[in-house]
Amino acid sequence: MGNIGRMEPGGPGCPAPPMLELSQRDPILKGMARTSFWMRAEAHGLYVAPADCWIDPSRPVDTALVTHGHADHARGGHARTIATPETLAIMKLRYGVTDGAIPAGYGESLRLPGDVQATFLPAGHVLGSAQILLEHAGERVVVTGDYKRRPDPTCLPFVATACDIFVTEATFALPVFRHPPIEQEIAKLLTVRALHPDRCVLVGAYALGKAQRVIAELRRAGYGEPIWLHGALERMCALYEELGVALGPLRLVADAGRADLAGQIVLCPPGALNDRWSRRLPDPITAMASGWMRVRQRARQRNVELPLIISDHADWDELTATIAEVAPRETWITHGREDALLRWCELHQRQARALALVGYEDEGEDD
Amino acid sequence: MSMERFAALVDGLVYTRSRNGKLQLIADYLRTTPDPDRGWALAALTDGLDFPAVKGSTIRNLLMARVDPVLFTLSRDYVGDTAETASLLWPGPDSPADPPGMTQAVEALAQMTRLSVMGDLAALLDRLDAAGRFALLKLATGGMRVGISARLAKAAFAQAFGVSIDDVEEYWHGQRPPYQPLFDWAANGGPPPRDGDQPLFRPFMLAHPLDETVVDMADYAAEWKWDGIRVQIVHAGGETRLYSRTGDDISGSFPEIVAAMDLDAVLDGELLVRGTHQGGAQGSAASFNALQQRLGRKTVSRAMLADYPAFVRLYDLLIVDGEDLRLLSWEQRRTMLEAFVPRLDPQRFDLSPVIAAASFEALAALRERARADAIEGVMLKRRDSPYVAGRRTGLWYKWKRDPLLVDCVLMYAQRGSGKRSSFYSDFTFGCWAGDPDAGADLLPVGKAYFGFTDEELKWLDSHVRRHTVNRFGPVRETDKSLVLEVAFDSVHESKRHKSGLAMRFPRINRIRADKPAHEADRIATLRVMMKG
Repeated sequence: MGNIGRMEPGGPGCPAPPMLELSQRDPILKGMARTSFWMRAEAHGLYVAPADCWIDPSRPVDTALVTHGHADHARGGHARTIATPETLAIMKLRYGVTDGAIPAGYGESLRLPGDVQATFLPAGHVLGSAQILLEHAGERVVVTGDYKRRPDPTCLPFVATACDIFVTEATFALPVFRHPPIEQEIAKLLTVRALHPDRCVLVGAYALGKAQRVIAELRRAGYGEPIWLHGALERMCALYEELGVALGPLRLVADAGRADLAGQIVLCPPGALNDRWSRRLPDPITAMASGWMRVRQRARQRNVELPLIISDHADWDELTATIAEVAPRETWITHGREDALLRWCELHQRQARALALVGYEDEGEDD
Repeated sequence: MSMERFAALVDGLVYTRSRNGKLQLIADYLRTTPDPDRGWALAALTDGLDFPAVKGSTIRNLLMARVDPVLFTLSRDYVGDTAETASLLWPGPDSPADPPGMTQAVEALAQMTRLSVMGDLAALLDRLDAAGRFALLKLATGGMRVGISARLAKAAFAQAFGVSIDDVEEYWHGQRPPYQPLFDWAANGGPPPRDGDQPLFRPFMLAHPLDETVVDMADYAAEWKWDGIRVQIVHAGGETRLYSRTGDDISGSFPEIVAAMDLDAVLDGELLVRGTHQGGAQGSAASFNALQQRLGRKTVSRAMLADYPAFVRLYDLLIVDGEDLRLLSWEQRRTMLEAFVPRLDPQRFDLSPVIAAASFEALAALRERARADAIEGVMLKRRDSPYVAGRRTGLWYKWKRDPLLVDCVLMYAQRGSGKRSSFYSDFTFGCWAGDPDAGADLLPVGKAYFGFTDEELKWLDSHVRRHTVNRFGPVRETDKSLVLEVAFDSVHESKRHKSGLAMRFPRINRIRADKPAHEADRIATLRVMMKG
């Protein structure tokens, strides 16, 4: 595929396109309950047939459209990768990918072969995260990738976009998942820190997105002390700063003595929480920032003492409200707890089906 | 305020790993919470509360009336706990205006009837936030399962008020929530709540596994470890009670024992059924399987009494004629026990014999023969040991015979509950009904959910996920490719499994990923082990 045409220039922060009414589009399609014939779910990703390209494929392909930089969506090894400039920068940092990188700014439409048009829209998940709107033969498909509806100081908010087929994630698609306001969770963290001046609070947070959001929210709550980082978080935090997300004073645990860390907040990837690495810290209180922390036993499995319910995914209320708002002809559900979201669609007389995609975390704890 | 404080305590216990941390949390709570709130909290932590109107099914029904049943079931399956699921799904306000106090909540629960519970419990839930709802539902249905035992709660009580744990154990029994006399004694400087004229339970002395320890038989006496259930029989104030090891009153299931005891005394022994399985004619005790027919029955038929006659084989004498012997040495108590037993009905009571073994090696040789005699193993008791509650290092040891081993094939796996709710951790395994190469089937012979390490559990969980061929609700059927070495204490006839066999104490001993499934053992091999 050689001819990827750029239709309208745009970039990060450009205003979202207005919601299109179905009636403004091809009148022949109105009211027709047909399933999209040009896009299909294969085991390792969504395939856009006329353009011969894949969305978030789990194995190397010729042309990949990537929603965001998390490892289960963005993999190296594609000949061409189309993503937002921020996502490409993240992929470059992670995989060293530079060849075949094609940036697509928010709101900018790309013409793909086979008369397919692709537009990247903010998803509110992490820096650079995008929904991908695909248009072909008068039909509109929105692939959300991962998304959330809560405000996040590190990325642009989700833009609800009218479409015929809405391909949604379902990571937290159970009615037990209702994320509390993040201010409440940050306050919990600051209270525990203040109560234990001789210890430190060690927060497990995913290296891309979660860690920077927790830092930015701590700053928003007025916390000005240096925040200490596990080495694995350093480069991503630096990239966020480079891309214009201010994180305040950051230090490396490797440069600290045990005494420096008393009464401090330390961030590490979830995998390091119960690792030998944490032995250098002064009697750490183990915290974890994740939507899974809503369920007690999930916190216990990770030996978490201070669960912080902070998620970059839509919770049950956000997922269902978004489907109601977008009001697609049909909802396709990718990874997560699709049974429950299917049931909700059934109860609300909405057409829906679950896609059996592999490669996304089955019961992954890193959200 | 105080229901919220209790909820915070419950969550603190859920998330605190160390035993000391838990002790500290409970002790702090008990010290700083007023009566009777703290008594109710203590009762809740030790499963001492019972609200007959509130059942697990009540909670399910309440939710089913408010949430789509399919969504409820999916949520329950994911969360792994009905009370927690309900607390999260309850359509209530995030910060309710008028949370009830602890005592108020307990009194409200106690007054609920089967008719009123649906309305009353819902009204109470509406006044609590998610953490409060969780604590209330746990309290209402009993079984907090927050990772603390009754023993730990009692230790925390002792720590909170600087009293001895043995005294707490002893005075505890016979007290009812909210344990006002206990708090009056420990916290408020009152007299100990003791009454010698009641048939109260005394905490059991327990044994450590011997493991690699070698003892000098000059210091220790040996007895057979009979395979029944440990009981305490108490007669005081004209009443007799039979208690299980956990202090449960099981008098109702064994009327013939209760009727045969009318001497003021507290005795420790093994409850058994007459037979010839254990130790042959001389041992005169049936298998544990026979005793099981009698356990947990509220009423006992005449046929049951005739077919499975129970008796107690006595190990120890704690109190006789109002005199507490527990501080005497085992040897002195044994002499008094031997003198006491002839006063009892020989049909219902006999004496656990002391094994004559001059040396540890001689005892080891006798223990080797225990399997042939169908005896669980031997007990070692320090001759100078007083009778003290719980397990004390160096005083009593149990030395079980080595387990039997058999290679089985993994057939089904089910998700665990609680901490293991995301893991396939309950395994059903089978043996071949004949020659697998000639087309014989696998038949289930047992189910085990322990014996493996956390690492092995992760491995097994992932094996199950990758080798699933069928799903039946929470159960997955695997492709029957994995061999598990299963250890168990004995095997007997049972209708529970299609194979007609059931194991006692089965556990996964080793994962034999190296062994092809057709080389696993056959049912016939297990049948041979039945005699042993």
